[in-house]
Amino acid sequence: MTIAERQAEIIDEFEMFDDWMDKYEHIIELGKDLPLIDAAYKDEDHKIRGCQSQVWLHAAPEGDKLRFTADSDAIITKGLISLMVRVLDDQPAAEIANTELSFIEKIGLHEHLSPTRSNGLRSMVKQMKLYGIAQAAQQNAQANG
Amino acid sequence: MQNTAAKTFPIERIRADFPLLQTEMNGKPLVFLDSAASSQKPQQVLDAIEQYYENDNANVHRGVYALSQRATDAFEAARKTMAAYINAPDEHEVIWVRGCTEGINLIASTYGQRFKTGDEIIVSHMEHHSNIVPWQMLCERSGAILKVIPVLDNGELDMVAYKELLNERTVFVSVVHVSNALGTVNPVVDICNMAHEVGAVVLIDGAQATPHGKVDVQAIGCDFYTFSGHKMCGPTGQGILWGKRELLESMPPYHGGGEMIDKVSFEGTTYNVIPFKFEAGTPNMAGAIGLASAADYMTSLDLDAIEQYEAELLAYATGEMTKIEGLKVIGTAPEKHSVLSFLVEGMHPYDLGTLLDKQGVAVRTGHHCCQPLMERFGIPGTVRASFAFYNTREDVDRLVAATTRAVKMLS
Ligand SMILES: Cc1ncc(COP(=O)(O)O)c(C=O)c1O
Repeated sequence: MTIAERQAEIIDEFEMFDDWMDKYEHIIELGKDLPLIDAAYKDEDHKIRGCQSQVWLHAAPEGDKLRFTADSDAIITKGLISLMVRVLDDQPAAEIANTELSFIEKIGLHEHLSPTRSNGLRSMVKQMKLYGIAQAAQQNAQANG
Repeated sequence: MQNTAAKTFPIERIRADFPLLQTEMNGKPLVFLDSAASSQKPQQVLDAIEQYYENDNANVHRGVYALSQRATDAFEAARKTMAAYINAPDEHEVIWVRGCTEGINLIASTYGQRFKTGDEIIVSHMEHHSNIVPWQMLCERSGAILKVIPVLDNGELDMVAYKELLNERTVFVSVVHVSNALGTVNPVVDICNMAHEVGAVVLIDGAQATPHGKVDVQAIGCDFYTFSGHKMCGPTGQGILWGKRELLESMPPYHGGGEMIDKVSFEGTTYNVIPFKFEAGTPNMAGAIGLASAADYMTSLDLDAIEQYEAELLAYATGEMTKIEGLKVIGTAPEKHSVLSFLVEGMHPYDLGTLLDKQGVAVRTGHHCCQPLMERFGIPGTVRASFAFYNTREDVDRLVAATTRAVKMLS
């Protein structure tokens, strides 16, 4: 599935919920299900500092793709992270770099990306894209070199 | 339970005065429990500001025309109102500042100019960042040393340790009157007396005291007192710094500009008398009038009745919330004002705060600009419900229900 298809799938999934609390119930479940990041990566180097909650992110190249694992100390943040990972994990670096992540807004959770929340999520999305840009640039350099 | 103040307090009428309390949040009637961050404003204050712009607006202290005189009169009457609000002996000792943060910075930048290497400044471990950072900056400039009064496990200041910190090198003590993160009411009279015994000067940060009851700077015995208007029903951008006349007169000015001068020439400039010496530039006239109107509003409700009403509300909230399994109150000092900071075992404050928001309950989560204090307790932050006199027992019930539901979802 492409990034766009994965986003569409999540939007579909969230259409079932018309109550806020049901939506959050689902996010909390996703948070609980998120495969844990390797303990070795849960360190200062991989930490994305938020004011409210902390996020850890690890990225590893696999061919022209990037694999992501992540974690947070807050379960709702973790649930949202799991959605980000679901969309961007195992996708081509160039696409990660260029994609517009619109699904968060479409499922009504845009507030969690607001700077006033300062939960680490906004910086995490930025960081994932930076990994994408860096990896894509490296691949380009190799292809041309 | 005893329910004395609640019976006579005109809560319904009061709530009707606050337009924002009538609104919804996330489709639920708003329960506003973040007044420690900034309070809501009654219609009377909004009207006073509008009426100023509609009828009295002109620059103050400058015009010979009647309108400017009227604006000046209103502005200076507002100063008098604020002096009375904290029982300052002389309204010329009352300086308009943007808020508590500016009040503290003003003192650190002006009074602090006399500090030298080895002088000691004392703050406490429960200070807001705005009563830490200006002193750290001053220490960097002057070579003075910052000393910190520890906080006990229940959220009280360690007064024994404070006594030990005081010595002949102590030049200044700056302590919060009421903690914004814990609610602790500090023994400010003792703090001042003990500091004065070693010849130190004392500033009290009253940001969380003036919204909740009577403050009397003469009874406290402090040398400086500062607070923000927006936390006590006033507009943003206007607060007060009070100081004893002889200290204010001995201090160099803060900002340079119009209003604060006596005579300007390139050979040398002389400064205006207090309070104007510290009020460079066109002041926030509408802010001053709005704040005075807020003080009038609160005084008209009777500050003692407000204090009593809020104390009963806090006791009720504490009793009900602690019935929730795993819930722990952070800050259990015997003397507290209107703040209930809590954690639930195994749950992150961000998760609880988010789920309360979705149920229409506005609380604050995080470190509350008190990172050293959070570190002291070994916690990332708390969920803080803070009350004002316009909150009700129904608000508390909604908080309890919403927290109970959130806890169930997160377990
Ligand atoms: C105890 C305390 N001191 C200082 C401040 C700073 O006030 P302001 O941001 O209005 O200057 C606050 C506000 O949160 C406070 O609670």
